Amino acid sequence: MALRGNLRDFSITQLLNLINLAHKSGTLVIEGTSEVAQITFREGKLAYAQIGSEENDLAAILQRSRKITPNQARVIRERTRKMSDKEVGLLLINAGYLTQKDILESVQNYCVDVVRRLFTWVEGSFNFNPDQLTPDGKIPVRIDLENLIIEGSRQLREWEQLQEEIPSLDMALKFTERPGTNIRNLNLSLEEWRVVRYVNPKNTIRQIAHATKMNDLEIRRVVYALLQAGLVELVRPGGVPLGGMVRPFQTTNKQEQVSLLNRLINKIRSI
Amino acid sequence: MQTVKIVVTGPFNAGKTEFIQSVSEIDVVSTERKITSAAEKVKESTTVALDFGRITVDDDLVLYLFGTPGQKRFDFMWEILSEGMLGFVVMVDSTRPETFREARTILETFRAYAPTPYVVAANKQDCKDAWDIEDMRLALRLDPKVKLLSCVAKDKENVKKVLLELLYSILEEMGEGNS
Ligand SMILES: Nc1nc2c(ncn2[C@@H]2O[C@H](COP(=O)(O)OP(=O)(O)O)[C@@H](O)[C@H]2O)c(=O)[nH]1
Ligand SMILES: [Mg+2]
Repeated sequence: MALRGNLRDFSITQLLNLINLAHKSGTLVIEGTSEVAQITFREGKLAYAQIGSEENDLAAILQRSRKITPNQARVIRERTRKMSDKEVGLLLINAGYLTQKDILESVQNYCVDVVRRLFTWVEGSFNFNPDQLTPDGKIPVRIDLENLIIEGSRQLREWEQLQEEIPSLDMALKFTERPGTNIRNLNLSLEEWRVVRYVNPKNTIRQIAHATKMNDLEIRRVVYALLQAGLVELVRPGGVPLGGMVRPFQTTNKQEQVSLLNRLINKIRSI
Repeated sequence: MQTVKIVVTGPFNAGKTEFIQSVSEIDVVSTERKITSAAEKVKESTTVALDFGRITVDDDLVLYLFGTPGQKRFDFMWEILSEGMLGFVVMVDSTRPETFREARTILETFRAYAPTPYVVAANKQDCKDAWDIEDMRLALRLDPKVKLLSCVAKDKENVKKVLLELLYSILEEMGEGNS
């Protein structure tokens, strides 16, 4: 049976379940809306995971798990050019910088994290390639899928519920007209604060997600919590996006900037 | 289509909404909420989210004016608002010297967010208890180079003048004169 299809028909969790039960080996390639992920399995266990554009050399992985600083990561990269992750790992262990346990844990955490992020992908296609194993030079791990499957199905249920509560990300948010609510007195999480900063009928939830770098599931979670707290309500978006104006001028051409300013000046003089 | 923005900031009740309203071609969109705290009950309602006005220059260019919420508890919005602004206007109520200190703090905060040009508008100069401009300059500890402009936010011509002075400063900063 060729294992290929669409995530809408067959969820990531269902795929993991199947791979686990059938003790499959190979690589699951998932093409999401903006990125491609490759998850490698060996005899039904997670062996490696990577997401498209994301830096995933050993230095990056160690930095993510805070075993090394960004500066150390840079130095390691400079000194170990063209070396594989396995070689870099051995070098670090032999030099006494890190233990084998440090390195394995970091890679494990990274792979699990990649799979977790996939749980939030609801659109996309998948293809399982039984001949493709852990990429050359990468440090393979061996992680049971059961826990991930349980986590995934929990998230799936949450996702379905959130989709009902917040049917569209093209809606905007506004503060509810409840006199006496003082946001300062509420215990908001950091994530919630990040979203609250953008609450305005002019920003769609999608724009807020973009500005706060949250994915569909994450933004829906936070918005749901704010709705439950009665702090915000869903409204139709109106007017102008606040975000996107990160630079004063879209153009970098100075002549055009001056011309633009002169147009502004003439307009204001004439009103 | 290009959009540019100017931020209008200043303490509570300084006249920011009035200022934007005077030149905006749309009614100022603001999220007004009733204020419950006694300290802030100078007006019936005040802006807690932000004021927002628009001036369409031509088919290809729109200027947005954003007013900031003055109250301290909303200052988390300032940084977001200041992103990508051409420059900013600090409104000061000339009749309320007790707010000068706060105006100064707001000015410094915005200057730290973005090193863009700014002007200070000494608002409500039509009131008889308004401070003199030069006294305000001292009280606000403004450098002689900083433009401090007399202003009556209800008067469109006044508001135009303030915005023009800011735009001139931006042009100058770019090292180009306006013909
Ligand atoms: N006399 C006078 N009153 C003003 C002027 N500008 C604003 N006001 C009044 O001052 C009050 C506060 O103005 P508002 O724009 O709401 O202040 P904001 O809190 O900074 O937005 C309102 O009652 C305005 O009508 C002005 O130049 N002269
Ligand atoms: Mg106002």
